Amino acid sequence: MLAVLTTRVRLEERMIFTALERRGIPYEAVDDRSLVVDLQTGPEVRYRGVFNRIMSHTRSVYAARLYEAAGLQVVNSSAVIETCGDKVLTSLALVRAGLPTPRTVVAVTPDAALRAIETIGYPAVVKPTVGSWGRLLSKVNDRDAAETLVEHKQAMRSPAHSVFYVQELVDKPGRDIRAIVLGDQVVAAVYRRSEHWITNTARGATTSPCELSPDLVKLSLRAAEAVGGGMLAVDLIERSTGELLVTEVNHTMEFHGLAEVAEVDVADLVVGHVEEVLSG
Amino acid sequence: MTTATASTCPDCTETVPVPDGLRVTSIVVCPGCKVELEVIALDPTEFALAPEIEEDFGE
Repeated sequence: MLAVLTTRVRLEERMIFTALERRGIPYEAVDDRSLVVDLQTGPEVRYRGVFNRIMSHTRSVYAARLYEAAGLQVVNSSAVIETCGDKVLTSLALVRAGLPTPRTVVAVTPDAALRAIETIGYPAVVKPTVGSWGRLLSKVNDRDAAETLVEHKQAMRSPAHSVFYVQELVDKPGRDIRAIVLGDQVVAAVYRRSEHWITNTARGATTSPCELSPDLVKLSLRAAEAVGGGMLAVDLIERSTGELLVTEVNHTMEFHGLAEVAEVDVADLVVGHVEEVLSG
Repeated sequence: MTTATASTCPDCTETVPVPDGLRVTSIVVCPGCKVELEVIALDPTEFALAPEIEEDFGE
């Protein structure tokens, strides 16, 4: 029996369940809110593997670690989730691998935040280190805005919001690219277009097919490898010169926008990848 | 947790259609007040207000 860890059953999870059923793969959807593990005896049910679709970064890492400690293979692994769920760790992995990525400066206190922002220069983009869907992204156009942002983040009284992850604003052509990597293959890619500087489907961006050029494939595979590999959505942007940059790598990817325009059945390919990993 | 029996929104009492393939933990949107609802039981269908998206939720 395969465990599919879930938080909410969204369109992606429904598509995954359908793909599992179509392939005749026995599975149990395990709601992360029901998860209790005795560390001495391990999880109550002995699954043959774990497919992790938990939406919370914190819960996802711990759940993966709990199953891994019991000797089960979790897809994606806790190490990959930890790296991909934290923008600082992702950027460090990308930089370490020598991959093109927007210039990034990090400060770990509000006191140092202004210097980090002004090291990048205006306009700068400030992102939370953990989180997704384009939430709490700030485009900082000048020092006044920077001072206000730092004060507001300080007022949130959260250690996580006192870490400042600052990037150059890349003059992208109103779109970014999402490429789906499964193991050593890029199976599909889409453009995500928006009039807004945040080109995220959760913020209303629309998708259209993107050709898998050799450069895109190579860079996506290298980005996936840099964070530990697995089942990943690599997000990229293009400079006005055409240079491709990797912005992030997502470990529990959403693909509803991609599924609308892709010629392949992403959910089925994802399930196939999980089966391949577990049987390998 | 606020719940309601059958296919009624626990927030506004609007009747919520139950599409095929719904499972416990599925999320639907109330056609009346647009709040997100989570299926907490089937046969008969019961809805609760869906858990709020937390800060570290994402992909």
